[in-house]
Parts: sequence; structure tokens; C-alpha cells
Amino acid sequence: MKNRIGAEVVIEALIKEKVDTVFGYPGGAMIPLYNVLHDVSKLRHILVRHEQAAAHAADGYARATGKIGVCMATSGPGATNLVTGLATAYMDSVPLVALTGQVPTSMIGNDAFQEANITGITYSITKHNYLVKDIDELPLVLKEAFYIAKTGRPGPVLVDLPKDILNTRTTVEYPRQVKIRSYRPVYKGNLRQIEKAARVINGSKRPVIYAGGGVVASNASEKLIEFAHQTSIPVTTTLMGLGVFPEDDPLSLQMLGMHGTFWANYAVSEADLIIAMGARFDDRVTAKTSEFAAQAKIIHIDIDPTAISKNVRVDLPIVGDVTEVLAQLIKLTNKGKGRETWLRKIVRWKEQYPLKYDKNGDLKPQFVIEKIYELTEGKAVITTEVGQNQMWAAQFYRYTKPRTFISSGGLGTMGYGFPAAIGAQIGLPERVVFDIAGDGSFQMNIQELATVANYNVPVKVAILNNGYLGMVRQWQQLFYKSRYSQVDLVGRPDFVKVAEAYGVKGIRIEKKEKVESAIKEALATDGPVIMDFRVDREENVYPMVPAGAALHQMIEGLA
Amino acid sequence: MRTHLISVEVENRFGILARISSLFSARGFNIDSLTVGETEDSTISRMTLVVPGDDQIIEQVIKQLRKLIDVIKVTDLTSEATVERELILIRVAAKGINRAEIMRIVEIFRGRIVDVHPLSFTIEVTGTEEKINGIITLLRPFGLKKLVRTGKIALAREEKSNSIKAVKN
Repeated sequence: MKNRIGAEVVIEALIKEKVDTVFGYPGGAMIPLYNVLHDVSKLRHILVRHEQAAAHAADGYARATGKIGVCMATSGPGATNLVTGLATAYMDSVPLVALTGQVPTSMIGNDAFQEANITGITYSITKHNYLVKDIDELPLVLKEAFYIAKTGRPGPVLVDLPKDILNTRTTVEYPRQVKIRSYRPVYKGNLRQIEKAARVINGSKRPVIYAGGGVVASNASEKLIEFAHQTSIPVTTTLMGLGVFPEDDPLSLQMLGMHGTFWANYAVSEADLIIAMGARFDDRVTAKTSEFAAQAKIIHIDIDPTAISKNVRVDLPIVGDVTEVLAQLIKLTNKGKGRETWLRKIVRWKEQYPLKYDKNGDLKPQFVIEKIYELTEGKAVITTEVGQNQMWAAQFYRYTKPRTFISSGGLGTMGYGFPAAIGAQIGLPERVVFDIAGDGSFQMNIQELATVANYNVPVKVAILNNGYLGMVRQWQQLFYKSRYSQVDLVGRPDFVKVAEAYGVKGIRIEKKEKVESAIKEALATDGPVIMDFRVDREENVYPMVPAGAALHQMIEGLA
Repeated sequence: MRTHLISVEVENRFGILARISSLFSARGFNIDSLTVGETEDSTISRMTLVVPGDDQIIEQVIKQLRKLIDVIKVTDLTSEATVERELILIRVAAKGINRAEIMRIVEIFRGRIVDVHPLSFTIEVTGTEEKINGIITLLRPFGLKKLVRTGKIALAREEKSNSIKAVKN
């Protein structure tokens, strides 16, 4: 039996779990682990410049590759800096394992230097967490952490590692398998419920599929495409589901919700059946819940029973993995009758109310995104920050593959996109990765310029620079009589110079005519590029469902 | 709004109570009472929760509890046949002729006087919620000095326990 210290057990676990990259930042309590890591060539450690970025980068890596993301930080402030990243991953069901240092077990609770009760702090923003107090439990805890993170509804798991545990020896081996009596996720849907659902689907005249991030997590994109084509049912996706159904498919309605397309929102409002899958009826999707899909029966497929009937009453729940349930449904469903009329109606809405913006005048943010789409041939991995940039990126880039749109949907974390892009790029070195950013969000993790410079991570950041916290400004303009309170980001830096200070290429674009050449230049650059697009300062995101209104009560900016 | 009696079997581990209470505060659920203690199996603790809420809230409470990794089994005992008990300790002012009257009440409720002081009695009573509330009502006029209740504990009756419904999914 191998006798090794806790730090070696951790590294052994990472290797056995086939982790190739960890994102982290060392500190006092973690020195034993970093000391062992120093000699391990199989593991790449990316040194970020703020722990929050370690969590977001691991998250971006996980979303882009489908693997578990791993981040680590020291005790106290290192651990608390991970909190926003963990909450982000928890809300969007991203499999992460976070390793935190902790003060030695004998000092826990004494307000020791760099002590924080990180398990207590993260109870409600992790799927599960552990404080390891016995070295002999460490191998099993790590095995469980990886197992819990990726199974069922995925999520972040935190393992808190006191410094003495990292230095204590054990002979307990790393388990090959794990079985937890209190945790048994259900993958197979109840067959009787599935048969019932198939009958309802076959009898429906105006059905709509509403697909969310769970379809991505389940890797069910192909099954969804097969199911939709077989049944001629149009598909709308949530922000988290973008790309899981190709947006160039005639059955695609694109995104629904507060800034969704007219035709998706109208279709949901007039549907006689909603087939929700891997989605959780978020308030940004449903708008006023009492009027959401008022004429429809609702079938809801989800691996997490708590998602069912949480916000909107569901008529026919199926608890299970979307891939497995769709495989069953495909055997039992058909084209139904009379769906052509429904599809024609949707086409008319599409023609009548397309996504649009005023193409005159200043450089428009939507134009920048359309150009990025065109020049990357729709094949880039897009990450976003949060706010207007996020919504325009969702509306004006066409997603055709899952895991190509990476965004903080649930928590809405500004500062997410840049580190997430780093993680995605490191996970997928051959792909073009773009972070669609705002000037406000980009400044929240701007220090990661050092990381992209350090490792020459070739991410392209397109800052849609309007000098405002644009989405808040838009709300203030529309609903608070244009009283712009604390949204003008006076003092924004010269992003080109900032990039250059880190040794990163920066390009400023002020005119429409220069957009194409700048993007081409960025794409031709073998390294990171920061693009500062000086866009129309007061451009708004439309269509929009105002807070409290029903989904079909959208407002439009243009006459 | 109805009060539900929920029995939860959990791993007897460090921090489990904090996990449960954190879930309730994070989700905005209320708890009327919560008791916890080890079971016949020392690796498992049983909690009995009394939770107010409409059907939708209770459904979420149960599902969210089941979702916690350390929760083994959750059973809503509300509509089951159960044995329920609560224990209270009451310190009541007891002077002069009141002492005999209080002792009679305690006897009727099959309680016990566990501490005697010249000016007060401390009384222990076990029973259902109705019985407990009954004795409190009767003793209140004498002057309640201190009162502590354990909160309800409950078990489903053997013959009615519905094992299929109780399995955690």
C-alpha cells in the first residue's frame, strides 16, 4: 500500500479523474499542495490573477468541453473569492470541483489568520461540500466530489482541505467506484408517464419545444434534432440552451423570454402544448407566470425533481435524463395532424417581426456581432459578459452547435465572460473563442489580461464600449424617466493602452467601415486581442418584455 | 395553509443541521419546530420537522430536502397514521392553596413534578400537541414562569407505513 501525504492524494485523485488542467492561485494554506504539484507534468496549472477568475475559467472549460472543471484557492480570502464563481456554476448546473485550503484542523474556529468558514458560506451555492477532518477519509471524499459534480443535475462541489491534512500520511487507496446511499439520481424516465406524454404530443396541434441548458448538459442535442424533425415541432431555446438546436433550422424559433424573438414568444403564448426539457421556467423566460403559455398543457422533462412545478404548474412531469427520455419518446411519437397550419403561422410572425436595429448613423453593437458571426462562419465559441452585450450576443450570432454559447445565465455575473473564454480556449485550443464584452463587465476581471499574456491564450475580446452600464441605463431610460443614476462609467480607461501595457494586442474601432478589417486582423493574430468597439452609447436591446408584463406583451424600439 | 409533519432521515454527519437550516433560509421556507437525534442506526439521524405551507410549498420543501446529498429519506407524515409526542417542562408559580390544585391538574395529565420550590413547581408533561396545549391553558392562570418544549417527534404507525411512497427518488 502506498503511504503518501494528503497533498499527494489530491494530485493522485486529479490524475485518476483524468483532469488535465486546473485553474488556481496559491497561498499559505495551499503550499503543501503546490509543492507536490510542482513536480507533476501530467497536470497543467493555469495561474490566474484573481481567484474569481479561477472559478470562472474552470467553469468556461467545463461548459466548452463537457468535462469537469477544477479550480483551487487558498484559505480565507482565496476561498471567499471563489464564491461568485461557485454561485455562477451552481445556478447554471456546471460540474466543478473546487479545492480550497483551510487553516490546520486544530485552529479551525479560532479566527486564525486567513480563516473563513467556506463550507458554511457555500452551503447554498454548491451541490455539496466537504470539510476534510480525517486524512483517511480524503480519498473517498475526493472520489465522491467528482462523482457528485458530474452525475444527476451537475453542479459545483467544494472540498475544504486543512493544511495539516495535506501534510498527514495515509495508506487508504483512491477508490475505483463510489456508491452513495443517499444519492441516486434517476436517469430513466417513468415509462407510463412517457407513454402518456407521447399521446398528448401526438394529439397536439400547436406544440412548442422549450429546451434549456439541461439539454446541453445531457448531450441530447442530436436526440432533440431527431425528435423535432420527426414530429415537426418547432423549438425555442433558453439563453442556456442556445446552440442545442441549430438556429438555421426552419423549425428553430431561436430564443424566448424577456429579450427573445417575437415569434418564439408568440408561439409559446398561443401553443396548445409546451414540451419543456432541461429548463426551469426562470422568470426571465416566463415573464408573468400566470399568463405563461396560458392555453397550453405543459410536459416537463427534467433530471431534477425540484425544477418541476417550482415556478409554473406542470401537467405531465417526467423525471429523468433528457437523452434517455427523448430516445423513448422518439419511438412513440409522430407528425400529428394539422401542424402545417401552425408552422405557417410562425413563419408569418417571423416575416412580420424580424429582429432588427437601426442601421443608420453610429457604429451599432448588433452590427459588430453580425460581423463576428459572418467572419467566424458561425463556428466560434462565444462567451459573454452580462447585460446588453449578452443579449445582443444571444440575438445576433446564430448558434448551430451546443457548447458554443457560454454565458452566466442564472446568476448573471458581470466579469464572467473573459475568464470563461480563457477556460474555454484552454479546453479547446483549436477553436476560435470570442468574449463579447461590455466596458463595465470587462473591467471586473480586467486583471486576467496578465493570464492571457502569460500563456498566450489567443482569446479575442470584443468590447462593445458604450461607456455605460448599458442594461441598467436602458431600464432607467424606459422605466425611470431617463434618470441615469450611477451608470455613466466616467473614467473608463483606454482599453488599447491597457492591453498594450500587458503586452496584448489592442485595436480601437470607431467606424462601421473598420469593423471587418479589425475582426480579420484579430482572427489572423496568433495570440490574444482586445478590440475596443466604440459603439452607439444609447442603443437599446429590443424586443423587450417589460417586468411584470406577459410574454406576448413585447415592446419594440423601432417604428 | 396547513401544517405538515415531515420526517427526514439524514447521514449523522458534522454540519448536517446547518445544511438543513441553510436550505430553509435560502429557499424562504418556515419551520415551526425541528427536532433531531440519532436513530437505531448510529450513522443515521432522524429529524422531525413541522412546516407550515400550502401544497406547492410543501412539495418544494420535500423535493429540496431530498436533493441534499446527505438526506437519505424524506416522508410526509401529515396524512399518515402516526404516533406523535412532544415533551415540555413548565415552571409555574405555586403558592398556598394553588399547590394542591396544580398537583391535581398534573395528575389528570399524567405529568410529573420534577422540581419543587416553595414558590413554584417544575412540571414535565409528554403527549400530543393537543394535550400539551391543554395543560398549558390550564396552568397559565397560576402564572407561567418558564416554559420549554422539545418540538414534535413522530413515527408512522407500523401497519400503515407506506414504504413505496417513502423511498427517496
